Amino acid sequence: MQPINYQLAGYSDLFMLIAALVYAAAFILFALDLATSSKTIRALETDLARERDIDTTDTTESPVLREHLVGAGGGSSAREAGTGSTTVPGARPNRTGADTGAGGSELVDEDMDYLGTTARPVANVAVALMVIAAALHAFAVIARAVAASRVPWGNMYEFCTTGAMLVSVVYLLFLTRKDIRFLGTFVAGLVVIMMAAATIGFPTPIAHLQPALQSPWIIIHVSIAVLASALFTLTFAMSILQLLQHRREAKARAGTTGGLVFMRLVPSALSLENWSYRINAVGFVMWTFTLIAGAIWAEASWGRYWGWDTKEVWTFVIWVVYAGYLHARATRGWTGDRAAWLSIIGYSCIVFNFTIVNTYFPGLHSYAGLPS
Amino acid sequence: MSQQDNVRVARDEDARTEPSRHDQPQQPEVQLPALGVTGTLRFAWTQLTSMRTALMLLLLLAVAAVPGSLFPQRPAGPEIVNQYLEDNPVLGEWLDRFQLFDVYSSVWFSAIYILLFVSLIGCVAPRAVKHAKVLRSAPPRTPRRLSRLPEYGTVLLDPSGPSPAAAVDQAAAYLRRRGYRVEVRQEPGGGASVGAERGYVREVGNIVFHLSLIGVLAFMAVGGLLSYSGQKILVEGEEGFANTLVSYDAFTPGGAFSEDSLVPFSMSLKSFEKVFDRESETHYGQPLDFTAVMEVQDGTGGEPQERILKVNHPLAFGGTRVYLVGNGYAPEVTVRDGNGDIAFQGPVVGQVQDEVYTSLLTIKVPDAQPDQLGFVGFFLPTSYTGEDGVAVSIDPELFNPELNLNSYHGDLGLDEGKPQNVYVLDTENLTELNNRDLDTGGVTLSVGESYELPEGKGSISFDGVKPYVGLDILYDPGKWGVGVFAVLALIALVVSLFVRRRRVWVRGATGPDGSTVVEYGLLARGEDFRLREENLALRRKFEQLWPVTAPQEPGPSSSSTASTPTASSTSSTTASATAGSPSTTPDHPARAVQNRPE
Ligand code: HEM
Repeated sequence: MQPINYQLAGYSDLFMLIAALVYAAAFILFALDLATSSKTIRALETDLARERDIDTTDTTESPVLREHLVGAGGGSSAREAGTGSTTVPGARPNRTGADTGAGGSELVDEDMDYLGTTARPVANVAVALMVIAAALHAFAVIARAVAASRVPWGNMYEFCTTGAMLVSVVYLLFLTRKDIRFLGTFVAGLVVIMMAAATIGFPTPIAHLQPALQSPWIIIHVSIAVLASALFTLTFAMSILQLLQHRREAKARAGTTGGLVFMRLVPSALSLENWSYRINAVGFVMWTFTLIAGAIWAEASWGRYWGWDTKEVWTFVIWVVYAGYLHARATRGWTGDRAAWLSIIGYSCIVFNFTIVNTYFPGLHSYAGLPS
Repeated sequence: MSQQDNVRVARDEDARTEPSRHDQPQQPEVQLPALGVTGTLRFAWTQLTSMRTALMLLLLLAVAAVPGSLFPQRPAGPEIVNQYLEDNPVLGEWLDRFQLFDVYSSVWFSAIYILLFVSLIGCVAPRAVKHAKVLRSAPPRTPRRLSRLPEYGTVLLDPSGPSPAAAVDQAAAYLRRRGYRVEVRQEPGGGASVGAERGYVREVGNIVFHLSLIGVLAFMAVGGLLSYSGQKILVEGEEGFANTLVSYDAFTPGGAFSEDSLVPFSMSLKSFEKVFDRESETHYGQPLDFTAVMEVQDGTGGEPQERILKVNHPLAFGGTRVYLVGNGYAPEVTVRDGNGDIAFQGPVVGQVQDEVYTSLLTIKVPDAQPDQLGFVGFFLPTSYTGEDGVAVSIDPELFNPELNLNSYHGDLGLDEGKPQNVYVLDTENLTELNNRDLDTGGVTLSVGESYELPEGKGSISFDGVKPYVGLDILYDPGKWGVGVFAVLALIALVVSLFVRRRRVWVRGATGPDGSTVVEYGLLARGEDFRLREENLALRRKFEQLWPVTAPQEPGPSSSSTASTPTASSTSSTTASATAGSPSTTPDHPARAVQNRPE
């Protein structure tokens, strides 16, 4: 067995802390961006209101203006437009009509494409900080792996720091294609929480793996599990926004304004729902894989592929909840808010599985003892 | 009608042609009595196989699985359950009544998943039959109003362009190349249209996925019937194990187990090596490697062979596998009785309590005369006595092995034939001889030492220490089926989630000015977020195939949106970039002719 490089491990710990601090800074800036953008939006809104007063046509019926006003959250997404009661899964929300020449600019795009209409310098700095933090973070994770000559997911500390890294990397990757800066506060916030949980909650000095974990399956099983969890983290944030946005849309339809102003930087609830569905579908496939790989590993290690060990129970529960989520999307009356709740519940189960089950529930993971 | 309405209506039509979705509106309650027996049954069946029921059952299954992680489960460890029952007599009894210590074989858990699977069959079987028919039939007819589809576009051809029928033929050929199944039909009002559909395999994936889940469950049931699992502890250099029922320390057969399925083999532990971390400061003494050298004999005859057994690397004998799941120390002791005769000699398996291998020892000596003798206490691999005078183990390896025992004499209670746990000494009818708190003190022995028991009851000597391994011996013929179906389910899941099933219709007609007008519409079946991209791809192709007239300027109102490639307006920037440069290349007609299907 390769000896452990303690010096490198020390750097890893240090960089982990620095990365956490930079993430925290990014979080603050993202939050600041939302706050300042709220101001800009209000100003824009006043302008538009004035414009509307001047307009002689039937402005209240002009979808252009209305959508324009409330950003993507306007009362005319596909869901609300119909007379029936159902949502249509997969129906593409209509884009807002920026090019119809009504003046002004739209705030968000339903496909979360970059529009370049609103300058958000603070958010851009926040993104830059995220990139720096992710680089530091990646160094820390890789250094830990190199120092121990093994994959860096042998205990909760490593699982959590690697998971946080994947959350931010996946987020940044998405960011190159899609304008999901609106998620930044949530993603950076969650990453900071994960880093704090890892470094304060369960700091674990570097060490070799115990014999039970010395298997190629750890690479296959755990890496996909962490990746799936990272995707579910993103959809968790999106589902919460979806619920908030949905409420705001309902208010906007009822004619009252209000709610959180920054939600105007967020695409419509339907758009959020469709996107979290797409990501959840990928996450679900990965989780299914995790489940199967875990069963194969259990078979190789303990001789039985499934024994309803606490960890297995919760992996199963999570799988079933997300299967329920996928079903909900094809069931009348279960799309929208309810699906979002299922996605949130599924993620809560993941968090529970990771924190409480790992620490408080007795499981099959001690290897010096007698058989039963 | 607004654009959004287009989307909605189109989707609703889709839903109507899609009875397999099973989410019919609830029938009013009042109708129930009028349904009659068969009617009621059919109603119940419809309800059971509805998506909503499936969803409810799924969520219920998730909730029902949770208690199994909150309460100790009998299959995992009956002793822990008994302990729990002892500690919580009232609550425990109630929990037991509701089978909360056997959640996964409980009536209610079984009821949920059996209902779920009945619902699944009721849901998927008709879908499979229907889809089998769909697979053999032509793509659907062209709807009258393509503009009501979620993605829609019109291409106005130059007078020099092909006739409606020729254009449709070309479109059909292109769609076929794109993987669509196509059917060209004559339109009642003149002209022609093509109906095209692709992604049939999506539905196949969905059906195979659900059926595979049944396969997984079926083979789990097979395993439950035919499998067995047993445990055996082997001490280094001691008597081995032969695969017969009497050899096991513990044995759990499946429901339909027969002794014939015990394949013949035997094995013993030649030596056992442990490696602990000696470099890390924080994890000093953490186990790094366990290696058991086994002497095995596969089958009845043949020479014994040496084989290595490690964690994660089981030994296989036919379908039976042997796993290294635990290890510990077995101190060797000799006990002489009050008459001076050897009443017990040999290794005693210690139950490991912690990571430094502090081991609980129970020695029962029923053969001792005149009184039976019993010992309980600890074996400490590296004993260290702190300032409080209590000895503890501080290392998992044998640096200072020591026995710390209390002794008893009297009746061990073994003669009544009641089964007893070998690891528990029933002290009810025993009198204490040695204890730290008695004047006699406890028995403390290092290797090679002996101790004379008080009152001339005998003596005990500590002769040495041997390692032992705990083995699980398992046979489950169902696991291959479970594995195959699980992997099949995964593959089918990917197909069903990521293959896009969509329909395209293209209609060619003669426009008011005599030139050809091509109208087309797209419809997704199931989730499809890239329908717009498909629309744009088609449009690009059409403009390449045919000489196209520039579209009219989009007007200010929604009435004009139908003529933009997508049913909404933002993307007209994209559209004009990609599609808005009509009649650019003169070689289009030529290429169109080349592309013409024969
Ligand atoms: C053991 C329980 C079940 C599990 C774990 C499960 C899981 C899933 C999953 C993961 C999907 C999404 C992937 C796909 O589209 O193929 C799905 C889809 C689907 N399931 Fe199930 N399912 C179960 C039972 C059922 C039952 C009982 C029904 C019928 C009542 C059903 C009907 C459907 C339908 C219709 C879809 C397609 C939804 C769509 O069109 O998007 N499933 N199921």
